[in-house]
Amino acid sequence: MSTVTEQHDTHGDEHADHGLTDLGYIKIAIFLAVVTAVEVVFSYTQDQLGAAFLPGLLILMAVKFFMVLLYFMHLKFDSKLFSLMFYIGLVLAVGCYAVFLATLHFFQS
Amino acid sequence: MADTAVHADEHVDHGGHYSSTGLSNNKLAMWMFLGSECLLFGGLISTYMLYRGRHSENLGPDQVWDIPFTSASSFVLLMSSLTMVLAVSSAVRDDDRNTKVWLSVTALLGALFVAGQVYEFTTFYREGLGFTTSLFSSSFYTLTGFHGVHVSVGIIMLMSLVGMISKNKVVGDKKETVELFGLYWHFVDVVWILIFTLVYLIPA
Repeated sequence: MSTVTEQHDTHGDEHADHGLTDLGYIKIAIFLAVVTAVEVVFSYTQDQLGAAFLPGLLILMAVKFFMVLLYFMHLKFDSKLFSLMFYIGLVLAVGCYAVFLATLHFFQS
Repeated sequence: MADTAVHADEHVDHGGHYSSTGLSNNKLAMWMFLGSECLLFGGLISTYMLYRGRHSENLGPDQVWDIPFTSASSFVLLMSSLTMVLAVSSAVRDDDRNTKVWLSVTALLGALFVAGQVYEFTTFYREGLGFTTSLFSSSFYTLTGFHGVHVSVGIIMLMSLVGMISKNKVVGDKKETVELFGLYWHFVDVVWILIFTLVYLIPA
């Protein structure tokens, strides 16, 4: 128990027993808002960005996705079993629909 | 192992149902449900991606999207995730008053998002984009409509929870109940993060 307490003391934004402090959550929300703004800027400057546009946008989307999942939904702090339950569904969905789209030649267009 | 047993005993006092691992069955079930929801929304997003180019010349995504408006809606939903996590944080501190305030603010922001979606749908319809106009419109309305229904169900759940907390009628562990509602709400936000980028920002 003391080990856990000491561990959390070293992280200013982390709450003693569950997730972050309120200030930590506000910082994450500001970060997510900034990333969303960058995404919108990306969509207006796609001609200038060229080949970097699509990968850049997908990376920003993935960053937002995992920030909400890990911090707001507490997956970073909770049991790995909860993560497993969700990631099984996520991996199945991504795999299944990637094959579905590939079968219908989506990636060739 | 002994530590797990102690945890399980502690949790019994809260009135929740815990497995031999010390983990909450309710929470485990919620994560399984959210995992299955990935398959539902994955199917809807894939179908939209497949059909987004199947439309008439003047009624495609590039003609009807209003990116500044949708960006504002996305910001509102993102902020509702913040207020939801603050509600969970208040519940963990046994602060019922702030829990109710943050849950109500979350429901209000959710309602604002749904109102924005209704306005957007109405605008598109007036421009001639009905549900059966094209494969693009059918897949778009189905995807965003399903998401809107999820948000609406979330709002009803949040308001019910506020009422239950007010009347002290929450069965079992109150903190866990708020957390479970929070997980559902954040998932709805996570799905919108994908929809916003894949549907609105990437050109057809």
